[in-house]
Amino acid sequence: MKAGSNLEKMFAAGHFAVTGELGPPRGADAGHIHEKAKYLKGIVESVNVTDCQTAVVRMASMAVCRLLLDMGIEPNLQMVCRDRNRLAIQADLLGASALGIKNVLCLSGDHQKFGDHPQAKNVFDIDSMQLIATCKKMRDEGKLINDHECEGIPKFFIGAAVNPFADPFDFRVTRLKKKIDAGVDFLQTQCIYNMEKFRTYIQQANDLGLTEKCYIMAGITPLKSVGMARYMQKFVPGLDVPEDYITRLKGVDKKKQGDEGIKIAIEQIQEMKEMKGISGAHVMAIEWEERVEEIVSGAGLLPRPDVS
Amino acid sequence: MRLNYPTNIRIINVPCTGRVDILHLLKAIEDGADGVYVVGCLEGDCHYLTGNLKARKRVNYVKKLLEEMGIEPGRVEIYNLSAAQGPRFAEIAREFTARIKELGPTPVRAGGKAKEKAA
Amino acid sequence: MVVAERKPIEEILDMIKEFDKVLLTGCKGCVTVCNAGGEKEVGILASALKIARKKEGREIEIDEITLERQCDPEYIDQLEDPISKNNYDAVLSMACSVGPQYIAKRFDTVLVYPMLNTSFIGGSLEHGVWAEFCQACGSCAIHNFGGLCPIARCAKSLMNGPCGGSSGGKCEISPETDCVWHLIYERMSRLGQLDKLGNVVMFKDWTTSRDGGPRKIVREDLKQ
Repeated sequence: MKAGSNLEKMFAAGHFAVTGELGPPRGADAGHIHEKAKYLKGIVESVNVTDCQTAVVRMASMAVCRLLLDMGIEPNLQMVCRDRNRLAIQADLLGASALGIKNVLCLSGDHQKFGDHPQAKNVFDIDSMQLIATCKKMRDEGKLINDHECEGIPKFFIGAAVNPFADPFDFRVTRLKKKIDAGVDFLQTQCIYNMEKFRTYIQQANDLGLTEKCYIMAGITPLKSVGMARYMQKFVPGLDVPEDYITRLKGVDKKKQGDEGIKIAIEQIQEMKEMKGISGAHVMAIEWEERVEEIVSGAGLLPRPDVS
Repeated sequence: MRLNYPTNIRIINVPCTGRVDILHLLKAIEDGADGVYVVGCLEGDCHYLTGNLKARKRVNYVKKLLEEMGIEPGRVEIYNLSAAQGPRFAEIAREFTARIKELGPTPVRAGGKAKEKAA
Repeated sequence: MVVAERKPIEEILDMIKEFDKVLLTGCKGCVTVCNAGGEKEVGILASALKIARKKEGREIEIDEITLERQCDPEYIDQLEDPISKNNYDAVLSMACSVGPQYIAKRFDTVLVYPMLNTSFIGGSLEHGVWAEFCQACGSCAIHNFGGLCPIARCAKSLMNGPCGGSSGGKCEISPETDCVWHLIYERMSRLGQLDKLGNVVMFKDWTTSRDGGPRKIVREDLKQ
């Protein structure tokens, strides 16, 4: 075991793992966390806590991770390179480990241009690839980037994100391989809607033997409505929403579009369960935590196996 | 043809409107002209190929600059017509004069006067 | 070259609102090439400021001079004569921000104002269009990236791009911005060097960049 987290154990035992996601509030209200997180407890192995996602100031990911631990929920600490240099990143990683956080997700971070502080100076001292390498060096060699030995070695199960739908498509699998080379243990994908393109991507990864070197979790975001689908299609770079899902949502009564979106998500997870090279699903139900149970259960993944 | 056009217009000949510089237009305004306009050949008919197109860009630049200074951009303009359009030339002169009359005297001179009065 | 652009007239007018006589200085270096602060732009700005001040009813006297360069002390010396003979309220510089700093350094008691915003180190794409190409990190490694710079030209300065926001060759921050990593990928592909892009590029040493503090180069062979 590298870190001995729930998530790692679930993968190790050969189960199809499920993770959730939680966006911290734009304020200091811890009650908000308790309210949202209760829907995820016992439903998923661990919960990603976003790190000022879309470059909007929110409660610190690390603090929310600790609140989740107190609730008996395993967190995945998301960490972006946008806001911290290598000093702060390593300091935060050491602190996170001391607080009992075992899963870390290494990300570049959305550019601040679209956030709530576009006037900010960004950092990008290191990139996501190098952040993975940093976590690995700390864990496996017990050393910081500068080779200084850590007193007390942080043990992380190292994650990262991949976007199979960004361009250039042919380079995406190479970049997946680079993340594995850098030391990643598990990967979560961007929300998948274009199943055909995703199958091609995973096929390429399988052919190179990459899916045996790390655990890949398929990113699933249920579509709430035609409006949301259209928005994702048009305005989220590197997101590919095929027209047939939109047609399907349009085919039902407006009030039932959410239910149809859930149905689609369940079908996707069911296909992912059978897909070679996929080890789990990462369910990102944006501001829709209360429906996660329905999705996971619908996909036949409840109750979650006990691996502790 | 002996066409009449307003007498307040002072014509400055240039070989091509491509010769008209931003600074020429600005100096006219600076020296107190109420308006200044460029009359060039029809677009596509420039003897030097793109002289009148360049002039249009410069006129637009000066319009923007005037706007930045809080002066009506309509005080500079460019018109295109051919040498055979004498009546149109007179018409443009009347049009532009009417426009400037509408805008009133240049604030560049009025500013100076306001100061005199204040003093 | 250093690429710059003129500050908005409104901002300049506010800077000089107390002055009645100023010296406006241009530079024949980079800012002439990028049409921001050469002799011609000095003339245009002087005229524009005079127009605006006439309109306000408080005329301003503006002398114009354009130096060979404003980033070498020997050319700044040429201001000695006009500055000593005229009682200027201030000197305005249309050079990149090096110019006004040199003038301030040379003339202790003279007020100096920048007329330009120094934008970036770049080149022209076509007449009237300039783009950023270099961030002066102090340790060029573009040969590893097909001759393109990911530090200056990737919005996130990624050493291992392209990120998930690369779409149709464009960057997520704007459809006007090329994804340099897409360009790197295409060029490396044409060069038959895609395998080089398969290796993880490790931590960059930023000590040679601004992060190491203000920089200086000393050439003993040239120094007197």
